[in-house]
Amino acid sequence: MAGRGLARGPGMLLVWLYGVMSVGAVSRSVLQIATEFDRAPLAYTLSALAAVVYVFITYTLVRGGETARKAALVCCAAELVGVLTVGTWTLVDPGAFPDATVWSDYGYGYVFIPVLLPVTGILWLRKARRPSPA
Amino acid sequence: MLDALTVAVSVAALALAAWCGFAAYRDQPTKDWHFIGMAVVSVLALAQLVVGIVRLAGGGEADEGTAIFLAYLIGAVCAVPAAGFLSLAERTRWGSATVAAGALVLAVLEVRLYDIWTR
Repeated sequence: MAGRGLARGPGMLLVWLYGVMSVGAVSRSVLQIATEFDRAPLAYTLSALAAVVYVFITYTLVRGGETARKAALVCCAAELVGVLTVGTWTLVDPGAFPDATVWSDYGYGYVFIPVLLPVTGILWLRKARRPSPA
Repeated sequence: MLDALTVAVSVAALALAAWCGFAAYRDQPTKDWHFIGMAVVSVLALAQLVVGIVRLAGGGEADEGTAIFLAYLIGAVCAVPAAGFLSLAERTRWGSATVAAGALVLAVLEVRLYDIWTR
């Protein structure tokens, strides 16, 4: 693999899970935005945003290197904030969400993977830090 | 859809998940036997895709829509082979864990497929 250090060991499992979430979130938002965007614009826009974050993190994990590691770390943090914000938002104000997003109720519909993934991601990315070879 | 086949794929997927999870627990990479197991599960998922298409062609209708149904069928076929491919690149216990996760994803897809077809 071209990746230096990020897609090895536990990182491989993370690549797989982020890959699955990417495929799931992307196909879900493409379908929803293409067919019934007007029904729940906010929910579908947030799903699309989640999809972009997942794809980007998957890419950085596979690419590897110190810059990618930092970028992935920032995105995992953003992802965590996103899940917590949207999760709380959907619970407090369900009226704003006629349909579910990927991050509704802290990712309940996805076995809570959306809220667990960024945490394990951040742990792994911190552990994978090492002086980058010249 | 064909309920028996859905159940068969789910059970096979869970068995594969347990088997590869056990290999990961014992600190072992995936071996030839695991790949044969993955092939069996993938063939079952492929059969399911064919049955699904035949049902659609025969006038059957998925409750939540044809596009979603087909997307999940294709996802079900790809899940285990994709994880198996990753485990070829990761010859440690984590490769086995990845396949176990892939098989679990397939089991979840099966539950969703059942929902999508009949609700």
